[in-house]
Amino acid sequence: MSATTTPALEVDGLKKHFPVYKGVLSRPAGAVRAVDGVSFAVTRGETLGLVGESGCGKSTVGRVVLKLLEPTAGRILLAGEDVTTLAPGAMWTHRRRVQIVFQDPYSSLNPRMSAGAIVGEPIGNFGLAEGAERQERVARLFRRVGLRPEFMRKYPHEFSGGQRQRLGIARALAPEPGLIVADEPVSALDVSVQAQVLNLMIDLQEELGLSYLFISHDLAVMRHISHRIAVMYLGRIVELADKRTLFAEPLHPYTEALLSAAPVADPARKRRRIILQGDVPSPARPPPGCHFHTRCPYAIARCKAEDPALGEVAPGHHVACLRREPGAPPVALTPTV
Amino acid sequence: MTAAVIEAEAPAPSRGARVLAWVRRNPTIVIGSAILLSLVGLAVLAPWIADDPLNFEPTNRLKRPTAQSWFGTDRFGRDVYSRVVYGTRISLVVGLSVAVLATAVGLAVGILCGFYKRVDGVVMRVMDGMMAIPAILLAIALITLMKASLLIVIIAISIPEIPRVVRLVRSVVLTVRALPYIEAAIASGTRGLAIMARHVLPNTIAPLIVQATYVCASAILLEAGLSFLGAGTPPEIPSWGNVISDGRTFFQIAPWIIFFPGVLLAVTVLAINLVGDGLRDTLDPRIARRM
Repeated sequence: MSATTTPALEVDGLKKHFPVYKGVLSRPAGAVRAVDGVSFAVTRGETLGLVGESGCGKSTVGRVVLKLLEPTAGRILLAGEDVTTLAPGAMWTHRRRVQIVFQDPYSSLNPRMSAGAIVGEPIGNFGLAEGAERQERVARLFRRVGLRPEFMRKYPHEFSGGQRQRLGIARALAPEPGLIVADEPVSALDVSVQAQVLNLMIDLQEELGLSYLFISHDLAVMRHISHRIAVMYLGRIVELADKRTLFAEPLHPYTEALLSAAPVADPARKRRRIILQGDVPSPARPPPGCHFHTRCPYAIARCKAEDPALGEVAPGHHVACLRREPGAPPVALTPTV
Repeated sequence: MTAAVIEAEAPAPSRGARVLAWVRRNPTIVIGSAILLSLVGLAVLAPWIADDPLNFEPTNRLKRPTAQSWFGTDRFGRDVYSRVVYGTRISLVVGLSVAVLATAVGLAVGILCGFYKRVDGVVMRVMDGMMAIPAILLAIALITLMKASLLIVIIAISIPEIPRVVRLVRSVVLTVRALPYIEAAIASGTRGLAIMARHVLPNTIAPLIVQATYVCASAILLEAGLSFLGAGTPPEIPSWGNVISDGRTFFQIAPWIIFFPGVLLAVTVLAINLVGDGLRDTLDPRIARRM
């Protein structure tokens, strides 16, 4: 594989289990399987969307990729280099490659640091520039994200939500990373501001050739920014496909239900709304077999026993569903209930 | 263009005007610090504005306040005014030293507890144990173990105050540590000590300063209480507690002996608490600072 085709990020069989302690003696009693075997790759200049409902483990994936959390199992390759087992000290040299933008524009900026100091911190950490040169770099970053360099002296509370998110993006750009993990970066913003921030991120991607791992629960946002989309349910990826394909012909019953829940701005269009029964099972005790079978309208007996693997059913289209397995007799999915 | 015009028309308020505006917004801090400053003045100028507080005049015992002795005299004929003025020194020194000592130790221990879970479990149980014992009892116990002196009094009062500071610092550190900006700092390559110094410590200072003022007020009260019980500052040093203790048995025939030090004690504690409350309001990061 040549250097130019090495993916910015490769994740293989990633698991993150949080141990649960019980009783006075805090004995381990099982684990919350927040991420339970996830594999994907983000190529250079690509945006991979990670979508799913709250608690499906999508944010945990982002934090494990940054090694803010240690993975339980699996492998993480940053630009082809295995960083899975690196201790914090050894990880430090790799931190420049991957940065993060957070959901909450308020708590993600230190209230006691000036905007210039916040954006300049990574530059200083990695010794990229000092003194006046560092100030100049910070000023350039401010202009790049659409903020006036005079704002460098201001403090976070003097900015609006959208401006704060721009600061967060400027900080993430500061060490010149190849990959940015964006953890719901626009969920806390007004819709009008959301579009501005998303467009800024798209422009930056085109200018700098950035890769994004874009985490969101908002399908409209996903459709706007992603190239490919991975759908997560209860710690696993159930479907991974090109954006167009996924929206046009979802193959996993969960994706289908998820898409049917998103509003469409066309009152004339007839839609079949799939309403899932029941709640998401607890990730501490996921159901056997396919994690989704408890709520799947098409579930058959096999789904309770067998764990479907994420298989490629069409070029670039991966689905984890027994009824969509390659080689399985083609079934027109019909609800069994 | 309009913005430029507006800027030109509205001159920046002068320094004096800004100070005045700040004073108007923070009356509690201003009143509290004014009282404290005059008390500090009393303490510093004591040798010039008061007579020797230990000077006996057995012929002048239990005299009412007069033009010669403003606060009257006690059972040995000592001038109560002079004793109260000199007592200010003890109270302020004790209050300030305890605040500094307890805050410094509490900050160090609290940060350790917030960062290292192993230390936390052990230290916090010790702190819980210390908080279960009334401060004045703990202080008496510590003082009886050692020879009475002002330094011992300061240390003995500091020790029961430490757990309050530790608890506060620990809780702030735990809250701050869980915030996304710490994760952002780690992700952008900031390392352990810099995270503590740049991100955790500055966000701990404001509540700590406020807590220090309350520690200071409570230390002054505790010192007076210990002196009153005869377990604190050695009786030959005139502290407010000692003066009140001396006058206690005569308070029906000579109430001025306990009245004046009592009032000063109350005013001092009130002033410190005023400053503390004012600081709490101005230093709260949720209230935008405009100064």
